[in-house]
Amino acid sequence: MSLLTFKGGIHPTCCKEFSKDSKIKIIEPPDFIYLYLSQHTGIPSKPVLEKGAEVEIGQKVAKAAGKLSVGLHSPVNGTYMGTVMYPHPLGGMKEAIRIQVNKENSTPFKEKERAKISNIPKQKLINIIKDNGIVGMGGAAFPTYFKLQVPSSKKIKDLIINGVECEPFLTSDYRLMMEKCEEVMKGVDIVRRIINPENVWIAIEANKLDAFEVMKSTSSLFPWANFALLKTKYPQGSEKQLIDAITGRKVPEGGLPFDVNAYVQNVGTAFAIYEAVYLGKPLFERVVTVTGNVRHQSNFLVPIGTPFEYLIKLTEGPIGKISKIINGGPLMGIAQSQISSCVVKGTSGIVVQNETETLKKEPSPCIRCAACVDCCPMNLLPTEMYKHIEMNRLEKAKEMGVLSCMECGSCSYACPANIPLTQQFKIAKSRITKKVN
Amino acid sequence: MTQVLIPVILLGGLTLIFGAFLVFSAEKFKVKKDERVEKIHEILPGIDCGACGAPGCAAFAQGVVEGTYAVNGCKAGGVEAADKISEIMGVKNEDTSTEKVSVLCCLGDKETAKRIAEYDGISTCEALHLMGGDKGCQYGCLGLGDCVSACPFDAIEMGEKGLPYVIEENCTACGICVETCPRGLFELIPKDQDIYIACRSYDDARTVKQVCSRGCTGCTLCTRVTEGGIIEMEGKLAKIQWNKIKDNKMLEPALEKCPANTFVKRSELRKKVKGEQLKINAK
Ligand code: SF4
Ligand code: SF4
Ligand code: SF4
Repeated sequence: MSLLTFKGGIHPTCCKEFSKDSKIKIIEPPDFIYLYLSQHTGIPSKPVLEKGAEVEIGQKVAKAAGKLSVGLHSPVNGTYMGTVMYPHPLGGMKEAIRIQVNKENSTPFKEKERAKISNIPKQKLINIIKDNGIVGMGGAAFPTYFKLQVPSSKKIKDLIINGVECEPFLTSDYRLMMEKCEEVMKGVDIVRRIINPENVWIAIEANKLDAFEVMKSTSSLFPWANFALLKTKYPQGSEKQLIDAITGRKVPEGGLPFDVNAYVQNVGTAFAIYEAVYLGKPLFERVVTVTGNVRHQSNFLVPIGTPFEYLIKLTEGPIGKISKIINGGPLMGIAQSQISSCVVKGTSGIVVQNETETLKKEPSPCIRCAACVDCCPMNLLPTEMYKHIEMNRLEKAKEMGVLSCMECGSCSYACPANIPLTQQFKIAKSRITKKVN
Repeated sequence: MTQVLIPVILLGGLTLIFGAFLVFSAEKFKVKKDERVEKIHEILPGIDCGACGAPGCAAFAQGVVEGTYAVNGCKAGGVEAADKISEIMGVKNEDTSTEKVSVLCCLGDKETAKRIAEYDGISTCEALHLMGGDKGCQYGCLGLGDCVSACPFDAIEMGEKGLPYVIEENCTACGICVETCPRGLFELIPKDQDIYIACRSYDDARTVKQVCSRGCTGCTLCTRVTEGGIIEMEGKLAKIQWNKIKDNKMLEPALEKCPANTFVKRSELRKKVKGEQLKINAK
């Protein structure tokens, strides 16, 4: 069987073996939980409680504010302590709700009565998904209810469930598929009912054959599902590349997946949808891989708002001196300036690196090898764009498509001259958007 | 003999004909040049800094004559240039604003402000700011010197303690540093003013105290010890209202009383940096 894929990309060492076999572990909550009001793409949520109020597990502590927004739910029983400024994993200080955890009274979440799932109408399902604060769990944290409202003019042909997890180190989606395959598939079924596609694809990379087999074993229960095995390559899990690999259709520049009649949803999100609809459980915890240079790399079921520091301690500490902590994978993740940043809905993993792994290599002049051109999954010309940006010719860089760079990091990874290409594009993008405003 | 004469006459004749043609066309197709453009160009500083919005001094001079730029548009040339240009243009320079100078509104050097992380990405303030910065204070100077390389007059230098300082002799108040600094830490203040508030942090007292020993805590004391509403609070940050100040002495009580020691004297800052090499452009 030939494996599906897209053009370009890189082959980093996958490093998944560290945490691959660690079962999802439920952890004790820390003393304090910090829920950032901006956990998702869109308008930050608005707190709804008075300072000092008692909160229960699963209770709504902040509501959606505006059109593109979702609420927040407490992952613990405890006391609402108002809001503070706290370091956000995506950079800077952001307003966060502080909850003191009541450790004595740590009753687990009670499942709610449920009506017969197949009787719930479409709009009601979307409302349930919105009320339970579900956002895309793959990283961008886009509110799912909003994404599910596909304009009626667009007919979705292919629904793709993204179980690719192409970032090195991360194994949270993998563990979810291994341990909760049926639940994930039930979540997929709900998405399928809402958007009503012709085909449903479960996409998994070839380095996770066991997860592929496990997922496939459910096919007797879910006969509508197709299982696609993809070539192991980064960034295979990126929405546009995934659509290209499976359907062969290319999303136009600046377009969205439904422009080519496709819809992509992460397996983690499918699981969260399952929990919301079947159990009435809001999104207040998620699987986080804590890996890299720590003693016991693990996959934890973490309450949203748990500080990174606490999770690293749970792995019995780092080996050697920590020199870098990354929210997400090493390629697209963001290095933290503070160890006290907390888990957000989009945190799929935390990678800890020590000095030997973060050696900085000095950039040297471009040797025009075109390694960056070959690997760019968006078919851009990184080396040319870089030169234009260096000379501050933003217009030229824009013409060459710097705005469609998805900051995947492939070009920086491939460049033998160690030129910080992706980093430069990130700066250029911010400069261009600043100019427009 | 004739062998020499013929080419000489021929070539000489041709030269005369072409010469005459050139003289004729130069007169006939002469481009009328406004001599004012030349004159204005001579007055301008001539470093093509671009602060006026034109691509260079020549283009600015042309623009003034055509009316696209104001006579006082050259910020680097200051009042002096504006006056001369208005003379040439035969208009009155309406702008009576005083000369300005750029000051840095941050005191968070290596000793005063806490650093929380080590950064080894692209070495510009812009890139570091995008990542959230390596300082505890999210408003403070990042110290990688974007301003130093942006200033076209060599008027900013990086001090030993990780804060840039302005060499006032060179500063023309062109405002490029104000725009360059990703944290907006420069301010153009009237040149005859000495005391100013050297902080841009909007954080509350608790946060400020955690990260910097000289940051403005927003205690509002300075607004109460001064008269005439010359200092106003902008959230948790005190701001001097320069247009209300007549005498710099009006700010002295605030300088003395400020518990965080956030007010500074330009002249004192300069004394301190004088120890370090103070380069003056011999232009
Ligand atoms: S970071 Fe941008 S330019 Fe570089 S390979 Fe990825 S998409 Fe292409
Ligand atoms: S990979 Fe690096 S060295 Fe090669 S062409 Fe691109 S920028 Fe130049
Ligand atoms: S003043 Fe601004 S531009 Fe200059 S070093 Fe500090 S942060 Fe950078």
